[in-house]
Amino acid sequence: MFKALVIAVAVAAGAPVVAQANDAQIAHVAYTAGKIDIAAGKEALARSHNKAVRTFAEEMVRDHTSVNDQALALVKKLHVTPADNPTSQALSKDASARMKTYAGLKGKAFDRAYASNEVAYHKTVNSALEKTLIPGAQNPELKKLLQTGLKLFTEHQHHAEQLVQELK
Amino acid sequence: MAQSLSRAARAVSAALALAPGSAPAAGPAAAKVYTVTIRDMAFGPLPKTLKVGDAIEWVNADLFRHSATARDNSFDVELNPRGRARTALKKAGQISFYCRFHPGMTGRLSVAK
Repeated sequence: MFKALVIAVAVAAGAPVVAQANDAQIAHVAYTAGKIDIAAGKEALARSHNKAVRTFAEEMVRDHTSVNDQALALVKKLHVTPADNPTSQALSKDASARMKTYAGLKGKAFDRAYASNEVAYHKTVNSALEKTLIPGAQNPELKKLLQTGLKLFTEHQHHAEQLVQELK
Repeated sequence: MAQSLSRAARAVSAALALAPGSAPAAGPAAAKVYTVTIRDMAFGPLPKTLKVGDAIEWVNADLFRHSATARDNSFDVELNPRGRARTALKKAGQISFYCRFHPGMTGRLSVAK
């Protein structure tokens, strides 16, 4: 399900693509990753009646909105226009495929799918942050925001893992 | 609001600045307020000489909502981005605490009688 990003990141890691991945593209990837998780959280809030799932989804919407607001303020300050790129596109494509799978799920089946997707999604994004996006960021403020994001999203990953256990 | 907050912060800073050495030699030491700042997803340096009756002023310097929640339920405050809240220390001992929203954020207070 997350192959596209992994491939894009893997390609980026060994190919000239990464050397060319500039701050405008990195900011776009980070913002897109956040936007996707906000949409997933809103979907969960619209569909789930499970208290633990809803608490988690609220946290995702709140935290990712906050990071994205900070990212937007930063790119504005730096006069950088986020640039679309293959990694952002791969993320968005995967996300829309995932959203489609939710359509057929109800109740606990939806809750479990959402929770396990959130674990996998945060793992993928955190790995990309750690290995590609943070090392690649040139601007120190962008790098700092991504590092704070990584700490926050690692917490999210742990929370999602807990949620998966609770829903077993 | 912001003004009264910054006034309050100044008052706290002034109290803290005056506190060392200004306590009367006899009688119980005056209660103190210690500031603990949450920044970049972590609780900042913790005061080392806490006593029952002291208070912690939790300051959230992050732009995410956090909480300071004692595992023994002796305190639990939610902290909005850039927000602050105060909790009193009512009993002695080791009090482990964490953020309810980000449970990897943890700390421990040592409170003397």
